[in-house]
Amino acid sequence: MSDVYDPASLPDLLPLYYRRLFPFSQYFRWLNYGGVTKNYFQNREFSFTLKDDIYVRYQCFSNQSELEKEMQKMCPYKIDIGAVYSHRPNQHNAVKSGSFQAQEKELVFDIDMTDYDDVRSCCSSADICHKCWTLMKIAVRVLDRALKEDFGFEHRLWVYSGRRGVHCWVCDEAARKLSQSARSAVAEYLSLIRVVGGSETIKKVQLSTPVHPFITYVPVSINVALHYCRAVSCVASMVSDNWVLIYKCTSASPLIRDMLQSDFQKYKTSVKRWESLKKRVKQGSQKNSALLDSEIVLQYCYPRLDVNVSKGVNHLLKSPFSVHPKTGRISVPIDTRQLDQFDPFAVPTISGEEDENYKRTSLGKYVKVFELFVEQMEKSWKGQLLKQSDMQGDF
Amino acid sequence: MQFFRKQRISRLNGDRQADMYPHSLQFYGQPPTENISLAEFETFAVDRLRLLKTIENIGVSYVKTSEQYSKKLEAELRKLLFPYRVDVDEKELGKEYEKRRKDHISHFILRLAYCQTEDLRRWFIQQEMDLFRYRFHEIPEEHFQNFLNTNNLIYNSINEEERRIVKLSIIHSNANISAVKLEEMEIYKVPFQDVLDLVRSRKVYLKGGYTYIPHKEIVTVVLNDFRTRLSKALAVTARSLPVVHSDERLQPLLNHLSHAYVGQDYSIQKNIGKISLEQIDNLSLKSFPLCMRNLHKALRENHHLRHGGRMQYGLFLKGIGLTLEQALQFWRAEFVKGKVDADKFDKTYAYSIRHSFGKEGKRTDYTPFSCMKIILSNAPSQGDHHGCPFRHSDPELLKQKLQSYKIPGNGINQVDDCNFSLNHPNQYFAESQSLLNGKDVKREAPAKISGGSQETPANVKMAESTSSAEMDDLELLFQDAP
Repeated sequence: MSDVYDPASLPDLLPLYYRRLFPFSQYFRWLNYGGVTKNYFQNREFSFTLKDDIYVRYQCFSNQSELEKEMQKMCPYKIDIGAVYSHRPNQHNAVKSGSFQAQEKELVFDIDMTDYDDVRSCCSSADICHKCWTLMKIAVRVLDRALKEDFGFEHRLWVYSGRRGVHCWVCDEAARKLSQSARSAVAEYLSLIRVVGGSETIKKVQLSTPVHPFITYVPVSINVALHYCRAVSCVASMVSDNWVLIYKCTSASPLIRDMLQSDFQKYKTSVKRWESLKKRVKQGSQKNSALLDSEIVLQYCYPRLDVNVSKGVNHLLKSPFSVHPKTGRISVPIDTRQLDQFDPFAVPTISGEEDENYKRTSLGKYVKVFELFVEQMEKSWKGQLLKQSDMQGDF
Repeated sequence: MQFFRKQRISRLNGDRQADMYPHSLQFYGQPPTENISLAEFETFAVDRLRLLKTIENIGVSYVKTSEQYSKKLEAELRKLLFPYRVDVDEKELGKEYEKRRKDHISHFILRLAYCQTEDLRRWFIQQEMDLFRYRFHEIPEEHFQNFLNTNNLIYNSINEEERRIVKLSIIHSNANISAVKLEEMEIYKVPFQDVLDLVRSRKVYLKGGYTYIPHKEIVTVVLNDFRTRLSKALAVTARSLPVVHSDERLQPLLNHLSHAYVGQDYSIQKNIGKISLEQIDNLSLKSFPLCMRNLHKALRENHHLRHGGRMQYGLFLKGIGLTLEQALQFWRAEFVKGKVDADKFDKTYAYSIRHSFGKEGKRTDYTPFSCMKIILSNAPSQGDHHGCPFRHSDPELLKQKLQSYKIPGNGINQVDDCNFSLNHPNQYFAESQSLLNGKDVKREAPAKISGGSQETPANVKMAESTSSAEMDDLELLFQDAP
């Protein structure tokens, strides 16, 4: 039995959610990072959005118990996680100005479906459907591969934002210690398409030979992402239906563009259109059109990153297991090993009528993903704690 | 992941020197901790400043990686008793350590003098980087890994097996490296955090958090590291300055050191209105540096100057005290004699003159160009008269010109002994006027000038403004002059 979510019911639903369903234990184990660094959890900033849009920053807690009590008391509509500061965040005014500094934070990425509005014809702005969700899957694959293999980051948590996108939390120690300049360098390395507010200004993808290995891997990731897609060339078909996109991408090769235009009028199926595109590109003799078909695919599929979200050490990002006030959906972790099965429309909502046990079960599989993630990290902390105690001579 | 070894500083003895200074090149990570005499403090500082100024000068005259550059720099290093060689004989070791100690201490003293303003810091960092780069290139490849390790740069070169795997990817990531060239060099694994610029623009192969940098490019990485460390250190030093300045033995010396570089920028004209237009022709012969003399002559002859010339000369005139009204009158009178009618002048050229006096547009009161600026920016082309004759002119023409200005031979030979150094055309003018008018000269002017003609002081100083590069040519020339 499903029921429609009503935002007005949040004040009634949230207390139950925070009392019985929110995974405090794993959450604390995560943010405490094994207690390796002193006061790491205590100096972490949280921000809450409360009823009537009241927003409070610089919230902090001494331990798991205090975290639970406060969240149950305040019942935040939305929770954001910020940086680990040099002092307890709630003391930020008491500290000498200039000394209160954001010191560490996970490296984060935010992929928003609205940034794909220039290429998707099925939906726009806050809406999503299964067709354009494919683009999200591609984004996760492409970025996850690069973060793991190019940068060597091992602990990456992908989370569904609750409405129209995904977030990535990179929790490796090296990632948490990155400076702002390093974060922006990572984000720029991963960017092929610049998002500069509004679809008109999205930069075209332009490839030059030799093609950097990072880019070579992108189509591989795309193909893996589309493994279960039954169309002959799923992306190709989506692309060839999108004349506006092709028009924009061929601005440097007007001859090809003209030929394509007439081809597209002749051929009505996406398969035939895609074939003609590839043929024309091969025929084109100019240097800059040699990789045109790849450029078009990349223009369509490549993840749009907002560098500003990633670069700020003190940036506040929506917490996993926070509720999305507009949709009622819970921001759940995504199991990247089963990425293709992830269905954003099947994610549990915080709605009223289902029985608590049912809810716990439906949320359960996502809590499991989270638990596994934390366990993986705990293995690495254990080694560190041992090293520390060795150095201090305790046995 | 980098692991830092703490450097332990023990008491003074021969072995300790070997620990302290294992290389002729260092990152200046630890400040010196011994006691030294004031005399040594001063000598070390002055010598290093000399060195850095030489570096600045030869950097302008020669390509930084050329042989002449290296030769000149090595000569200067030897003269001033700074380390210049990596491989040192056993018997030379004692002297070598003395040099390295001087290098170490003098660097830290100059930090005190040059940390105070953005401009000073920038200059200091630039010269120290050039020095570092030179020494770095002198390190033979066998010693290289050792040098990196001693300085806590854990950049390991990769073995054959790994090379085979990553070779192609490196070539694909880097437009500058061909397969052939890559074969000849070591490849180092550098954590990505140390090469952010390359990562940002995806100009490097990145795997597992490490970038693969061929030897040819490692110098950029190391230099960037050096610059970052030094920049941070200068900021820290600046914060502890008040304590240093309270020591009255040090304060005068440190002030002198930093002003020796920067000097005035001649933007605040103390002599506004003291020059009349009629005097300019005469002044141009007596007290103008050669570049301005040329510009004035060209203006008088052609009744015109192009933009570069108008900027350089116009701002110089402002610097010697011309008012806006005088400047407008001066340029107008000259241009009207040429092809420009009064109306056109008022509509076009007048605007830019007012602009350079800060009366138009964004109202920046432009400062007269320093020698460095003249030499480094906007090289003159055919039909231009601006620039620096000692840099931009044909040497033959220059010789002839100087001969015609009757520079006495012995004037030149005394240049090296003087502490006077020219960085600004308006400085030349001011000093020349001081000397001619018998006023007190604050700087140590050339005391050994022979000959009493009025032309002499100005022209000797003119010769002094040559960069050391041209010095050799001129010396040859004037040995035979009448």
